[in-house]
Amino acid sequence: MTEQEVIELIDSSLAEEFELERADMTPEANIYEDLGLDSLDTVDMVIVLEGAFSFKIREEESVRAIRTLGDIHRFVLEKVAQNS
Amino acid sequence: MSLESVVVTGVGIVSPLGHSLDLLTDALLAGESGVRNVPELEKVGGLRSRLAATVEGINPKQIPRKIRRSMSNMSIYAYLASQQALEMAAYPTAALSAGRTGVVIGSTLGSTATSESFFADYFTDYSLERMKSGLFFQIMGHSCAANVAQSLGITGRVLAPSAACATSCQAIGYAYEQIAFGRQDAILCGGADEFHPLTAATFDIMHAASTGYNQDPSQSPRPFDAARDGIVCGEGSGVLLLEKKSVAEARGATILAELVGFATTSDTSSIANPDIGAMYECMRLAVADAGISASELDYVNAHATGTQQGDVAEAQAIRQLVGDQVPVSSFKGHLGHTMAASGAIELSASIGMMRCGELAATRNLQQVDEACAGLLHLQQNQTAQPKYILKNNFAMGGINSTVILRSSKHD
Repeated sequence: MTEQEVIELIDSSLAEEFELERADMTPEANIYEDLGLDSLDTVDMVIVLEGAFSFKIREEESVRAIRTLGDIHRFVLEKVAQNS
Repeated sequence: MSLESVVVTGVGIVSPLGHSLDLLTDALLAGESGVRNVPELEKVGGLRSRLAATVEGINPKQIPRKIRRSMSNMSIYAYLASQQALEMAAYPTAALSAGRTGVVIGSTLGSTATSESFFADYFTDYSLERMKSGLFFQIMGHSCAANVAQSLGITGRVLAPSAACATSCQAIGYAYEQIAFGRQDAILCGGADEFHPLTAATFDIMHAASTGYNQDPSQSPRPFDAARDGIVCGEGSGVLLLEKKSVAEARGATILAELVGFATTSDTSSIANPDIGAMYECMRLAVADAGISASELDYVNAHATGTQQGDVAEAQAIRQLVGDQVPVSSFKGHLGHTMAASGAIELSASIGMMRCGELAATRNLQQVDEACAGLLHLQQNQTAQPKYILKNNFAMGGINSTVILRSSKHD
């Protein structure tokens, strides 16, 4: 997958799960303050990403540091690169 | 101590025959049927029933995602019905979070559809790694009550009685008692259920589901009729707003009816089969609780689901209570059996009929079964101004329940 394809899969998966407007999904968007997610949503976000990319990230410390959509993009791109 | 008077000031309905009290009342008086042939039921091996009275025309996305994510269909129905009840009552929003408003809404089970979906995935590899956060909130026993309280910001008591087909009749009765006892000023009360093939299967395996009218859905169920062949399962929600009468009057609320009597009893003769004496005793206790005599009743809204044994037992119990002079009808022929919602939906419809002065006949009651005779069965709509009405609901597990309403038109 290209970097752009990874980002598109992240954004489309999260948009579908959390009924987000794509226009709001900028890399700078804070997932809590701007996109309206909460702690329950982050549980589901991990499951959605694990399902989309066939990796396991639930136990990763760095998941807890995610604040923006851009953080998610970087985190997933790194995981995808590690696994390829 | 003196008990508080309790009144109905709001009603909300999500039903196979429309999603408001007015739509439901009009449909019942027009003799409409909400029963449909459901082709998906053919996929279930061994299931003979192909009928259900399903809710149509609801768009769950009208509810914000964060509220909806913990809801299966039954909680969606309960939430929409609760909103309607509050709107009809013009209930002040500030009162919801003041601790004197509660919720008593039950269902037969948590969501079977959600459980099925989870276990279908779980059994593939016995992994919990795909279990989403909303799952538990949809399958817990108090899903409807908790979702309604959470979504509407209600901070008083929350209860979720569960007694299958008697659920919402009990919920209304328990809410009435809490307000009468002075513990709450207002309570959203009732029940909700969502249709699932296993609900129909529950009755089918006991030979209590209708199977002979699969090609002619509107002809079933047939309460009290000689050609009845069982229950048609339905879904929906009915929610009433009960209020302490003095509080409702002080805020200038329109009073729809007064709840004056309630009884619920356990029939230990069988977990599945009804007993005439136990049904009679439940009704007698409710009449006594209302402080009236049975001769003062003006209408009986029967549980009557269209089963062989249940209809006979209830008919004989009602005959023992009121003889053949009080009009009796059942709305199951129109609505199917909406399970935990049936008590609240049918009681609400009875309020609608009290207010418009016309009682709906029992749909599909063409030839009264001799074993169900001796009652004043309504086979045609009847103009009436009932003062007192009695509403029954009886459930598997030997649970009987009866409530008695007094019309506010006679004040």
